Amino acid sequence: MANYKMHLLVCGGTGCKASQADEILTNLRQIVEDKGLENEVQVIFTGCFGFCEKGPIVKVLPDNTFYTQVTPEDAREIVEEHIIKGRKVHRLLYEDPTTKEHISDSKHMGFYMKQIRVALRNCGFIDPENIDEYIARDGYGALGKCLTELDPLKTIDIIKQSGLRGRGGGGFPTGLKWEITHKVPGEQKYVVCNADEGDPGAFMDRSILEGDPHTIIEAMAICGYAIGANKGLVYIRAEYPLAIERLKIALDQARDYGLLGKDILGTGFDFEIEIRYGAGAFVCGEETALIHSMEGMRGEPTFKPPFPSVSGYLGKPTCVNNVETFANIPVIINQGAEWFTTIGTEKSRGTKVFALAGQINNVGLIEVPMGITLREVIYEIGGGIKDGKKFKAVQTGGPSGGCLTEKHLDTPIDFDNLLAAGSMMGSGGMIVMDEDSCMIAVSKFYLEFTVEESCGKCSPCRIGNKRLYEMLDEISQGKGTMETLDKLRNLSKVIKDTSLCGLGQTSPNPVLSTIENFWDEYVEHVMEKKCCAGQCKDLMQYFIIEEKCVGCTACVRVCPVNAIAGEKKIPHTIKQDLCIKCGACVEKCKFNAIITK
Amino acid sequence: MAKLKLSNDKVQQIKAICKSFNNEKGEVINVLHKVQGTLGYLPAEVQEVIAHELNISLAQVYGIVTFYSFFTMTPKGEHPISICTGTACYVRGAEKVLDEFKKQLNIKVGETTPDGKFSINCLRCVGVCGLAPVVYVGEKAYGKLSPEQVKDVIAEYN
Repeated sequence: MANYKMHLLVCGGTGCKASQADEILTNLRQIVEDKGLENEVQVIFTGCFGFCEKGPIVKVLPDNTFYTQVTPEDAREIVEEHIIKGRKVHRLLYEDPTTKEHISDSKHMGFYMKQIRVALRNCGFIDPENIDEYIARDGYGALGKCLTELDPLKTIDIIKQSGLRGRGGGGFPTGLKWEITHKVPGEQKYVVCNADEGDPGAFMDRSILEGDPHTIIEAMAICGYAIGANKGLVYIRAEYPLAIERLKIALDQARDYGLLGKDILGTGFDFEIEIRYGAGAFVCGEETALIHSMEGMRGEPTFKPPFPSVSGYLGKPTCVNNVETFANIPVIINQGAEWFTTIGTEKSRGTKVFALAGQINNVGLIEVPMGITLREVIYEIGGGIKDGKKFKAVQTGGPSGGCLTEKHLDTPIDFDNLLAAGSMMGSGGMIVMDEDSCMIAVSKFYLEFTVEESCGKCSPCRIGNKRLYEMLDEISQGKGTMETLDKLRNLSKVIKDTSLCGLGQTSPNPVLSTIENFWDEYVEHVMEKKCCAGQCKDLMQYFIIEEKCVGCTACVRVCPVNAIAGEKKIPHTIKQDLCIKCGACVEKCKFNAIITK
Repeated sequence: MAKLKLSNDKVQQIKAICKSFNNEKGEVINVLHKVQGTLGYLPAEVQEVIAHELNISLAQVYGIVTFYSFFTMTPKGEHPISICTGTACYVRGAEKVLDEFKKQLNIKVGETTPDGKFSINCLRCVGVCGLAPVVYVGEKAYGKLSPEQVKDVIAEYN
């Protein structure tokens, strides 16, 4: 990077690429070339900046200018004004929603101020397709340090002391997992990187692989050295083509540089990595299911023990870690366990990456220290609820997690607090919901997902979740009774207690947490047959506003069941007992006189 | 073995793919990915060839194809429409967008229009939650889509 005076970093994450980032990059390069600046200004794709809401993003270095919502047409102005004349393009700068001030440096934006970037340290800084840029930021230094200065046990010791816990959901201490796999005797062992990010609404693993693939390669090699394995496998979703492509490029580069393959850095340590593709099965995030899928079978889980660390891939000792967990490893080795323990809480050290999404102003990928409160995340980083609506719930942990409410907003986020509150950390999806979200509909949504994704091996999960879904469906149609609610709660507990794997043991969480936190809403559905959020279609009623209705009879003619009565020029009325709630009248009415309640 | 309706050309293609993975049975998922990428879908006849080449039972191949949602046994439309129904898209109104596509094209999820032009399927989170609700037509993404815009999206391909 040394010879260039200026750098234009274009976000090359999937989100920004879906909003014409490719065209922006091409235009910037073309214009820079037209002006004869190609030796002075470098234009590259980087990994995700995280602020997906305001994408596509272009960052200018060295002055750190952060342009948001850039279009391909803006490329000329950025080059001509900013690069050549030194004048920032004001209209593309981020506007603070409260002060209305334009902020040019991302460091001063509410979205970034509370963030600490450890796992995402290189995302948005380096060109993920260029190994030299990774090396320039201490890349592969940690691997070198382990191979030359530390023996496997000392390496494990550092990870153990750091207190790092698995970021895939379970929160199992990583150092301990490595130690167990190290101790199990065996000639052949495996390192597996779990990149099967199936939790809807979570995209941190994808962003890390897209923005900083070398960090995963380096960490897997370190893990291999520590546990005594010389083969690594990355199990990645086929739905992530860009991440796969970047990982492949990174693997080739690492091999070319002698950082992967035989006799790494001349130390006699061999390590090779292969890619295995997932094919869209949520249950494959579970270790044993993942291993079976890699072996070319249906991704069905098996009973633990034996744990994969004893008998995993092809029956050999296998250490399975998640992408984000791996992304923390090189930094811990470089900066020391002690440094890592200064971040976070006593039992949950370090940071956590969350994918903030839903009805929130700043959708994006954030990395915050453990122990931060939900309020800080939602209001300070996330910029509050969209369209000035009221906060209702935040869902963490995906289909295995629960919905937390206003009373949890000041709870410090860590593994144990979230569990105690009836949810879980999960992989880090965080979906914010406003007053228009019906909690019964949300539970139903998750159960529909679980029913579809249940592998079918054990009956509590296969049959039980289906029954839960049916009960929720009944409630949403106004057919539920208080007895249904009782059954719902009991069955949820049975499924949790008796399912074979993590999927079934956690699938009733969305139901249980909403029953616990939104009991009144359930009661309202079964007793009053009302849905206050207006989401349950069958509980809605259509009404004609008398003042707005001009009596044109358009709705009378379109109604398929003759439920609307009225004559010309006299306001019409809807017969509720006949109405089938098809909505045809609302579409036909030109005067917005028909509303739902 | 049942009679093959596949052209000899295609059979050779499938065999070549199996061979590129050394006819290794542990590679069956990778083989299926590659074959679906080439042929577009995995009908029973194709599965038979793969089972034969990798020396595993047809039941095992079929079990895998039906287990993983990425694999399909029916051909997709010329312009496959994929609607993300992940949680982030769901809370931002993906269901209404999906309903509108179904209504406009008069097909259900998993079906293809009679002229073979469009097909609808649902995706579980593609991770571009910043653009929710998001819909893919082929490789092209449409972000922050409202039900009103659905007509225009379809019109682009008609």
